[in-house]
Amino acid sequence: MKHGIDPAISTALVTDAALTEKPGLHLSASLTIALKAIRTNAVRSFLTMLGIIIGIGAAIVSVSISQGAGQQLQEQIQSFGTHVLQVRPGSSFFGGRSRGAGTARPLTDRDVQALGQMNDVIEAVSGRVSAQVTLVNAGSNWPTSVSGVGPDFARIENRDITAGRNFSPAEVRAGDKVAIIGTTIVDELFGGGDPIGAKIRIDRTPVTVIGVLAEEGASSWGQDQDDTVWMPLETVRTRIARTADSVPDDAGRVYIKVWDHLDVLDVQSEIENVLRVRRNIQPGADDDFALINFAEFIRARNQTESLLGFLLAAFSATSLIVGGIGIMNIMLVSVTERTREIGLRRAVGARQRDVLTQFLVEATVLGLLGGILGMAFGMGATYLAAGLGDFPVLISPWTLAGAVAIAIFIAVFFGYYPARRASRLDPIEALRYE
Amino acid sequence: MGNNVVPALRGVDTQIQPGEFVAIMGPSGSGKSTFMNMVGALDTPTSGRLEIAGRNIAELDSDQLSALRNQTLGFVFQQFMLLPRTNAVDNVQLPLMYTRMNAGEKDRRARAALERVGLAERMDHTPSQLSGGQQQRVAIARALVNDPSMILADEPTGALDTATAEDIMGLFTDLNREGVTIVLVTHEEEIAAHARRTIRFRDGRIIEDTAGSELRAETNT
Repeated sequence: MKHGIDPAISTALVTDAALTEKPGLHLSASLTIALKAIRTNAVRSFLTMLGIIIGIGAAIVSVSISQGAGQQLQEQIQSFGTHVLQVRPGSSFFGGRSRGAGTARPLTDRDVQALGQMNDVIEAVSGRVSAQVTLVNAGSNWPTSVSGVGPDFARIENRDITAGRNFSPAEVRAGDKVAIIGTTIVDELFGGGDPIGAKIRIDRTPVTVIGVLAEEGASSWGQDQDDTVWMPLETVRTRIARTADSVPDDAGRVYIKVWDHLDVLDVQSEIENVLRVRRNIQPGADDDFALINFAEFIRARNQTESLLGFLLAAFSATSLIVGGIGIMNIMLVSVTERTREIGLRRAVGARQRDVLTQFLVEATVLGLLGGILGMAFGMGATYLAAGLGDFPVLISPWTLAGAVAIAIFIAVFFGYYPARRASRLDPIEALRYE
Repeated sequence: MGNNVVPALRGVDTQIQPGEFVAIMGPSGSGKSTFMNMVGALDTPTSGRLEIAGRNIAELDSDQLSALRNQTLGFVFQQFMLLPRTNAVDNVQLPLMYTRMNAGEKDRRARAALERVGLAERMDHTPSQLSGGQQQRVAIARALVNDPSMILADEPTGALDTATAEDIMGLFTDLNREGVTIVLVTHEEEIAAHARRTIRFRDGRIIEDTAGSELRAETNT
């Protein structure tokens, strides 16, 4: 009985077409081989992937932290407004030549008025004197801070008054006992009810609530922006903070909103000059006030914080290179161990590129697995760090996808040399290898 | 120094026809391994002409040699060379991995080849679950699976005990009767005795070739 082989076929001459026929890409077969090889040496494969896992994990942590910091920076700048400047008495606190708050000449209403006249560059200006107080309403107590401000302060802070009304200029001038409160205060003292027209006590001063600020929520650094009370500057300095006892026209800190269409940096020097003239500062002498650009300040602070991100990125890059070398090393071991298998495959018809593909697929699978494990590790580490260190993080899908792509790239890059070496083995030598 | 290159084979002129069963013999260093490597399209001659399945080997590039081996040759080794932790069917399919063939056809062919070598009951066993003789049968099935013009066996019984070696030689003899061309290297006369033709090498030359005598013997019977 005859099986299979037909003499007519077995004696037939081999045609050109048969020899140049391109076998279909057997990627799935290569994948099966690769998974089998990795499973067979599971512990070794895992140790090999550790470098990639740690590197990818660190990359995700560093990118997520820096993206979180970047997002926080944007939120902080947004919340302050990019066009808001603050003037404080005393020399610049960047310069380190502060003469101490007690000796600094205070900013006064006249300074605020002088700035108010610069209405070609300044949209709104307000002094601000703050005090820590206790609010009392029908037996409910609530500790908070009160800000004595001008009528333009809402415009500077970019906040709306949802119920009631803003201060009238007359109330501000007269120092009337009126207050605008945040929604947290409404909840704490009025149980969420309508507070307009209600009388509360601020420390010992009875005050009438005339307005409620639009709810803002927590700031990006966790401060409740609705836990606040605004009152006319004159009222706070004469009755609550009592700064007027020493300086009757003390304006505290001055907040300036520059017109949106102007460049804040250009306007800054103009403001500085006006204040120097107003305060009779001789040419060459230092300012006795500090002009602070919040956006610049936050950016500068974040630059120092981003050093951490940079160190993590450097660590991550080092780990990835070490991980890549690990993959190259283990692939070389794998190629050596499987020399006879390579010889066998070449003998039964594998082309050089088939062997190359097989080992590149194996390296890719190592990279992919390492990338996925690194992704899980990185996400875990990021959330852990964010929880422990209490800083914002942002894990975007792009970060994760990019990290896995980098892991695969590293694996293919470092796996290429061993794979090429495998493909170039002489089949006769390989078959004979012991 | 190093300039006096000694060729492994000199003045070898022979033909192996479809359907033959040839034993290659000779001491180590006689050139028989080089001869087998060339017949297996794994090596090419530095001079002279070698044709396999009608193709001049010198004219083929590496990929074409791979395709030629894949489509016209089957290899059997002394150490079986089976993939560990891989079942018989998958081992036998190995050469088909480098062809355009759908998975169902590969599986069908592998199972047919295993049936042919008498391992129908061992399809799903891995090498470690098989005896030496069974492993070599799997290897022979692997050599058969692509319907080769010729099977090249390098000391196929070298790692087997005498009884198992006889079984394997019986299988080769059966396959040859069914039309499979077989060329095997051995240094044992009893093994070579199963072949219908013996070529002996020494010092890179053929010192004996029983082709003519066998033909005579056949005419006489």
